[in-house]
Amino acid sequence: MTNKHKNQHEKIETNIGLFIFFTVIAISIGGLVEITPLFFQKALTTPVDNLRPYTALEMEGRDIYIRDGCHVCHSQMIRPFRAETERYGHYSVAGEHVWEHPFLWGSKRTGPDLARVGGRYSDDWHIAHLIDPRSVVPESNMPSFKWLSENILDGELTKKKLETFNWLTRNRSHKDEQGNAIPLYSKEELDGAKAAVKGKTEMDALVAYLQSLGHALK
Amino acid sequence: MSSFWSIWISVLTLGTLVGCYLLLRWCLNDYTGVKEGESMGHSFDGIEELNNPVPKWWSTFFVLTIVWGFGYLLLYPGLGNWQGLLGWKSSNQGILNIAESKAQTIQSKADGMLIQYDREIASADAKYGPIFEAYAARSIEDLATDTKALKVGQRLFLQNCSQCHGSDARGTTGFPNLADKDWLYGGSPEAIKHSIMNGRNANGMMAWQGALGGEQGVKDVAAYVISLSGREVDPVAAEAGKAKFALCAACHGAEGQGSLAMGIPLGAPNLTDNTWLYGGSQRAVEESIRNGRAGVMPAWSHILGAEKVHVISAYVYSLSQD
Repeated sequence: MTNKHKNQHEKIETNIGLFIFFTVIAISIGGLVEITPLFFQKALTTPVDNLRPYTALEMEGRDIYIRDGCHVCHSQMIRPFRAETERYGHYSVAGEHVWEHPFLWGSKRTGPDLARVGGRYSDDWHIAHLIDPRSVVPESNMPSFKWLSENILDGELTKKKLETFNWLTRNRSHKDEQGNAIPLYSKEELDGAKAAVKGKTEMDALVAYLQSLGHALK
Repeated sequence: MSSFWSIWISVLTLGTLVGCYLLLRWCLNDYTGVKEGESMGHSFDGIEELNNPVPKWWSTFFVLTIVWGFGYLLLYPGLGNWQGLLGWKSSNQGILNIAESKAQTIQSKADGMLIQYDREIASADAKYGPIFEAYAARSIEDLATDTKALKVGQRLFLQNCSQCHGSDARGTTGFPNLADKDWLYGGSPEAIKHSIMNGRNANGMMAWQGALGGEQGVKDVAAYVISLSGREVDPVAAEAGKAKFALCAACHGAEGQGSLAMGIPLGAPNLTDNTWLYGGSQRAVEESIRNGRAGVMPAWSHILGAEKVHVISAYVYSLSQD
């Protein structure tokens, strides 16, 4: 003697389409509240004062960082705890990351955070460490990346990458005095991109990228 | 945050809380027409669904979490521009440079805000600040005899310096040994502190293969350089190398005694003491001459601050005393 008229809930339970519809609504609310407004917050779309675009070589290094999965073991996100800032420096802020596509914050630290590793070690150290981590840090469990110094960049896609970043950051770049957006890369930089990485190894690129990390907030 | 987004967040958040409560109320109503505890009329694998309400403790807790949610949103900043009664924040927001970060820390303290990170730092400063202050007031020579200060210095060294110089400070190929008496830029307390604070960006030894007339020149000069430490080498090669060493003398000195002995901070090593930063084999010395070397010590003043560097300097200084 079920009262169909009043038992609306049974409709949802027995209709898969309806069930999906309401489920999507339910799980969207968190994102609509916590994520969507962030896209429109000035504090989260304004670059910090000293932020500069990656050079062509650094951009290639960044892609190697992604390709070889550095972000799987290294975060680039210093949280506002003393235990972290004592070791790594000022906590990461939103304005440092507004030009990052994708973010390389990572979610796990098998190795240390790298958000401000730039300038902490010499290029020589990075090279020695990437070729054989245990030659400088005996207790390290980082793998060797020795092929990096053997692979030469061809630079075929470098210009394209910079152009893509110009497009991705078109609404978030620095502004000139008239308030006009300054693209990350000028025409000369785009045209010179291939030449800028010519003859460089992947090692050169990755070290250049690592040395650039954290430059914007020192 | 614009008022649109503030309202957007508030309405959705509060609406969800109220909605959850209404959903619970609605689902607690019994529309089945089946008596409590009796069969709903279907079974699976012999398991029968009975018309039982959700336990009272469960629905009570559900309501309590909603009440908790309202309390939380009252105290903490969760609803758009509402800052919360506690004035709590995890850290200062919207920082565009370091100066701004420092200014915000002072401002929010004056405003009575509860910035969790700032508080943590303030309480640590209150605890450790006086210790480092007292150390900073003493000379490095004096600190180097204070076992407690050296312990602090060693910890800081292990954390920040050991990656290059090794946990025993004895260095490795390319990274100087700090525990011997052989210095590139000087082993006085002041020189050590200067090296750590400002770093040492070696002018760099250039690649000499071309200027030495090719590979033979490199081999000859290498032989001569090794002979300076009193080691046995091919005398003919060393003699030929000696003639070309004039090029090296500008930085390393006429006798290869190094720039430090000449009183100039170039970082050109003493070549006569059989201590080798990049290896002392014939091949390693040749490599240095052929392609040059440029060691870099990063600057630490902005990372560690003068007080900590002072204590580390004392530790490093102590390693070569005795």
